[in-house]
Amino acid sequence: MKASYTMGAVAGLAIYAASGMAVPALAQDTIKVGILHSLSGTMAISETTLKDVMLMLVEEQNKKGGVLGKKLEAVVVDPASNWPLFAEKARELLTKDKVAAVFGCWTSVSRKSVLPVFEELNGLLFYPVQYEGEESSRNVFYTGAAPNQQAIPAVDYLAEKEKVQRWVLAGTDYVYPRTTNKILEAYLKSKGVKSEDILINYTPFGHADWQSIVADIKKFGSAGKKTAVVSTINGDANVPFYKELGNQGIKATDIPVVAFSVGEEELAGIDTKPLIGHLAAWNYFQSVSTPENEDFIKKWQAFTKNPKRVTNDPMEAHVIGFNMWVKAVEKAGTTAPDAVIDSIIGVSVPNLSGGYSAMMPNHHITKPVLIGEVQDNGQFDIVSKTPGLVVGDEWSDYLPDSKDLISDWRAPMSCGNFNVKTGKCGGKGT
Amino acid sequence: MLTRFLLAGLDTKAWVLLSVLAVLAVAVPFMALAVPPTSPWSLSMLTVTLLGKYFCYALLALSLDLVWGYCGILSLGHGAFFALGGYAMGMYLMRQIGSRGVYGNAELPDFMVFLNWKELPWYWHGFDMFPFAALMVVLIPGVLAFAFGWFAFRSRVTGVYLSIITQAMTFALLLAFFRNDMGFGGNNGLTDFKEILGYDIQAPATRAGLFVATVVALAIGYILASAVVSSKYGKVLVAVRDAESRVRFLGYDVEKVKLFAWTLSACMAGVAGALYVPQVGIINPSEFSPAASIEAVIWVAVGGRGTLAGAVLGAVIVNYGKTWFTGVLPEVWLFALGGLFVLVTLFLPKGILGLAGDLRQRLAARRSRAAAGSNAAKEATAP
Amino acid sequence: MRCTIRRLLIAAALLIAALPPLAAYAADLPALVRGLGVSNYDELDKAIAKLAETGDPAVAPVLEALQAGDLNLRKSDGAVVVAKRAGSGWDLFDPLTGAALGPAERSAVERIRINNALRRSLGAALGALTLMSPDPAVRRSAAEAVFKSRDPAGIEILDRAIAKETDAGIRTAMQRARAAAVLNTDAPEAEKLAAIEIIAARGDRDGLGLLNTVVNATAPDAVKAAAREAIGAIEHRLALWAAAQNLWYGLSLGSVLLLAAIGLAVTFGVMGVINMAHGEMVMIGAYSTFMVQEMFRAYAPGLFDLSILVALPVAFVVAGGIGIIIERGIIRWLYGRPLETLLATWGLSLMLQQAVRSLFGPSNREVGAPSWMSGAFELGGLTITYGRLWIVVFAFAVFAALLVALRRTSFGLQIRAVTQNRRMASAMGIRTPQVDALTFGLGSGIAGLAGVALSQIDNVSPNLGQGYIIDSFMVVVFGGVGNLWGTLVGALTLGTINKFLEPYAGAVLGKILVLIFIILFIQRRPRGLFALRGRAVEA
Repeated sequence: MKASYTMGAVAGLAIYAASGMAVPALAQDTIKVGILHSLSGTMAISETTLKDVMLMLVEEQNKKGGVLGKKLEAVVVDPASNWPLFAEKARELLTKDKVAAVFGCWTSVSRKSVLPVFEELNGLLFYPVQYEGEESSRNVFYTGAAPNQQAIPAVDYLAEKEKVQRWVLAGTDYVYPRTTNKILEAYLKSKGVKSEDILINYTPFGHADWQSIVADIKKFGSAGKKTAVVSTINGDANVPFYKELGNQGIKATDIPVVAFSVGEEELAGIDTKPLIGHLAAWNYFQSVSTPENEDFIKKWQAFTKNPKRVTNDPMEAHVIGFNMWVKAVEKAGTTAPDAVIDSIIGVSVPNLSGGYSAMMPNHHITKPVLIGEVQDNGQFDIVSKTPGLVVGDEWSDYLPDSKDLISDWRAPMSCGNFNVKTGKCGGKGT
Repeated sequence: MLTRFLLAGLDTKAWVLLSVLAVLAVAVPFMALAVPPTSPWSLSMLTVTLLGKYFCYALLALSLDLVWGYCGILSLGHGAFFALGGYAMGMYLMRQIGSRGVYGNAELPDFMVFLNWKELPWYWHGFDMFPFAALMVVLIPGVLAFAFGWFAFRSRVTGVYLSIITQAMTFALLLAFFRNDMGFGGNNGLTDFKEILGYDIQAPATRAGLFVATVVALAIGYILASAVVSSKYGKVLVAVRDAESRVRFLGYDVEKVKLFAWTLSACMAGVAGALYVPQVGIINPSEFSPAASIEAVIWVAVGGRGTLAGAVLGAVIVNYGKTWFTGVLPEVWLFALGGLFVLVTLFLPKGILGLAGDLRQRLAARRSRAAAGSNAAKEATAP
Repeated sequence: MRCTIRRLLIAAALLIAALPPLAAYAADLPALVRGLGVSNYDELDKAIAKLAETGDPAVAPVLEALQAGDLNLRKSDGAVVVAKRAGSGWDLFDPLTGAALGPAERSAVERIRINNALRRSLGAALGALTLMSPDPAVRRSAAEAVFKSRDPAGIEILDRAIAKETDAGIRTAMQRARAAAVLNTDAPEAEKLAAIEIIAARGDRDGLGLLNTVVNATAPDAVKAAAREAIGAIEHRLALWAAAQNLWYGLSLGSVLLLAAIGLAVTFGVMGVINMAHGEMVMIGAYSTFMVQEMFRAYAPGLFDLSILVALPVAFVVAGGIGIIIERGIIRWLYGRPLETLLATWGLSLMLQQAVRSLFGPSNREVGAPSWMSGAFELGGLTITYGRLWIVVFAFAVFAALLVALRRTSFGLQIRAVTQNRRMASAMGIRTPQVDALTFGLGSGIAGLAGVALSQIDNVSPNLGQGYIIDSFMVVVFGGVGNLWGTLVGALTLGTINKFLEPYAGAVLGKILVLIFIILFIQRRPRGLFALRGRAVEA
């Protein structure tokens, strides 16, 4: 019987764990909102800010009296940049904490990881980051940009204003750059760009030694045609990439780089003087001069007690998503997911760039597309803005397998991958 | 004969552990499925999958303890075998999706469709059959471990060098699986599974079934490991750990001794990975990350290296702590985990089980001393 | 063109200082300057062109101010003024005369914004305007600017400038600029052929790009043929240099690996402590650099170029100090149990990361490059960036210093004695615990130094160390534990192999191949490249 104490402890622990998790939630006098952003690990660098902005939004809403006469309560969990843990935490938020909606995820893989959980438990997820598209779930609202809301306008701008004829598509080797570059390649070819004028390059996550690749870009750019780099390089690798660009003297006036994953937060870690004029395409910049944005920046800097704290595009996406959710809940008179899914379509709320964003039936939203040039103070000067709003296109028209698909979550279609050719729900069909 | 061989290795600890597992294997599905959800005794599916995950980790820890605790090979790359097993299972589950993927392609998984793959790569063939996939779950990690061990042990790569090259191995695999060109889904990995063996993977009954399968696998793994370590071969194994050269001079073939334990351990890790994937719903290259493998080493250290029950215990405790902290105190989670490692190595070199053993020994020593003392006193006062 | 903006700013200052406020401009200059006050990029471009057409050197400072983003529109009267930060508001100056116009509220002016197209126009205009500058550096960059813009209007000015130029190097640059401009005109064939010859002599990427443009454009066949021939010659030359370039990249990557690994070679190689928190020491060094630079930014912005030099000792002391605390607090209890130190230091590394994350926030911190570490120079066909060059020099300097410290000082003697035979050393009166602590401190301090260097090329974030720890272990093990020369050779070999594989296999596959190479190599030589021999091995 030597080990019986310890083994007893195991059993006790298991039962404790079991019973601790099984206690049903107490009668609700608050509405719970889940925040699913990594606070540790590699993604903390980007996601921590989004947790803070959500806490601020919840606090603001409570000052206004909450929702449906109840206070909101934020439930923060840390999926620690670990993808299976994202799914587990999502399940915990939905079943144990019984949250009414979840705001979270950054990387595509984290979204893919939680997707089955949200569909199984019929939860609501607001996903605030620009992504590769090719997805539309009944339970997910994509408040970040789809490729047509970021990549294609940026390429159009370069081709039109900078007369670019040769393209380097440089990205980190994961699904967002791969898909975006596929779409861009097809798009550029449809505009008459030849294959030899497109160079595609992939690097691993956190790639730190950019000497050879920057030299390759220079080489590619010396073919006598105006060349530009379209960068889908992921967060961490950007700093060494831009440092190398600056050091090797690639100026924006020679070979401009347009990035889709570099915002104010990322630039905060770089001396931007050598990078003046390089571009980024987003739906929001901190430098947008509208009263809404100035008000938001003031509140944010007061909330974080840091007068230099910057804002960025995914933060705006959360602002829009949160306000949409509040409006939809008030419209539906309940936080029940099915009712909110019905009522949120068509809801339109002010965005921070002076217009209104509306939730479309495909669970993507309308946004303006802004192109900004890097300034020496780490901010962007907006050099171009689409005249109207662009509707997020979940199934790209430039990929052979998705061009016939559409998504419409309104009854009676209620389908995320409706094939207009076959007239059936469920992709290409067999 | 075989039964006797298997059961001979079981000590009291083992019987207690196996009894706990048996109770859980019956009680958990019952509490999750049959008890009405309003009852305080009802278990949510969250708890069932969590427990299932802990036991998968426990099996991984067990396999690691077999080589580290009993053979002295500190593997910093055991996560690789776990992940390979997981990928083999993930590939089977991907093929089971069939035409229910978003593009409705019966042949190709979604990630291949939108990267314009035209046909299934050769190494994906066969994974639509469960027996084949199940074989691969054991075979792929086993063959890799055998090849790796064959070369490494024959060249007498030992100690730190061995640890570092196991790390190099898992790191190389991590980078390889990240590449989208490899055809394993890149960073997104394999996900959005629908069914396993024809059962809906999200159904409570399936989840309970997977939990039971995990508990059974852990029990079998435990019985097997304790049979191995308590056999004559196990004695040689421990001898190799403690004085490799001496065992070699005594005429034992040290390389083969190590190779057997190493390969067996890798197969166990593969099974753990295969059970893990359907329960957490995703397999992605981050399972190959060296940090994940080091964490597994730490479970073993916390529980008690060189005691099989300790490995199981450590995996469950640390992961329960992780679940609890990341929910309740997310900011301090890394402090807690980091602090735990420092404290355990400084103050509990034999882990929690070792501590329990020490305490009992000390208690026993004090009792016998007290008994001796009172005897002496009696003698002294005796006229 | 490398440091054009800075040089032009200097030039602006010089011009303002050198030229007394001119009494009389061409009559319409102020009106033209006022014309810059438009918000439409196309109109602004026209206004710049009009100003440039005057050819008046007095225009240069105005355009420079516009280029630097200092030119503003005063909202009250629409005047175009130069605004300099002063407290929470602005001090305004006249762009032409430099005369002070008094202070202004923060919102009283609006910056005149420019985009890349305008930046190019400004560069071209300023190039033409400053070809006659008294400062040779300005003239050189002006010639480069005209080379880039290929503005045919510049030919006339260039002819005058070439005639006046005394510096041979600058004259060549001007002639090349002229040739570039000529190729952009309808000049006779003979003149174009001569121009191609001049460009071909340049022999670099910029020349290649220009010649390719000629081939792509409409031109007489003879010109195209000559251009093609010249392209062939340049490409051949560059291909030869490519191998040297790869070697340089390999050397530079190798020295980064060396810096990261060398501290580990001390703690792991010499002491046998598997320090998984080594990467965090590197990170602490990088954050020390950040702190030092913040101090410089706040108190002595003029001396910013020295900040890195000050950061070196600070990082060494901070990281070394933390190392000593770790050794005294944790590691000394674990000697002889290397695998347990691995666990404890891994836990420590998690805590250090989270501590830095809590203190400094999870996002990247900005560490600036001093001017002597920015930019690049050409050496034959090689492009060498100053930052990388200094890191190579620094890595070798640290290596040499460490070697000297171990071989030639009494402390080094004590370290070696304790490594070889601890009990004997102790018996001879060496205080082994003290030596242990200092050795660990030394290894950590060197990691801190590496952090200063890495802050120049990588993220300064809590994850910085994680990216280097595995590579460092590979280098030390590949080179052979306990041998500093092994670490040196190991780092340079792995760096070079990596860089030669990268062009063929790509960055990811290249790295995988290197790892497989290490695994196979260890099979052949289980104790690394430079294995220790003798009794120490079995201990």
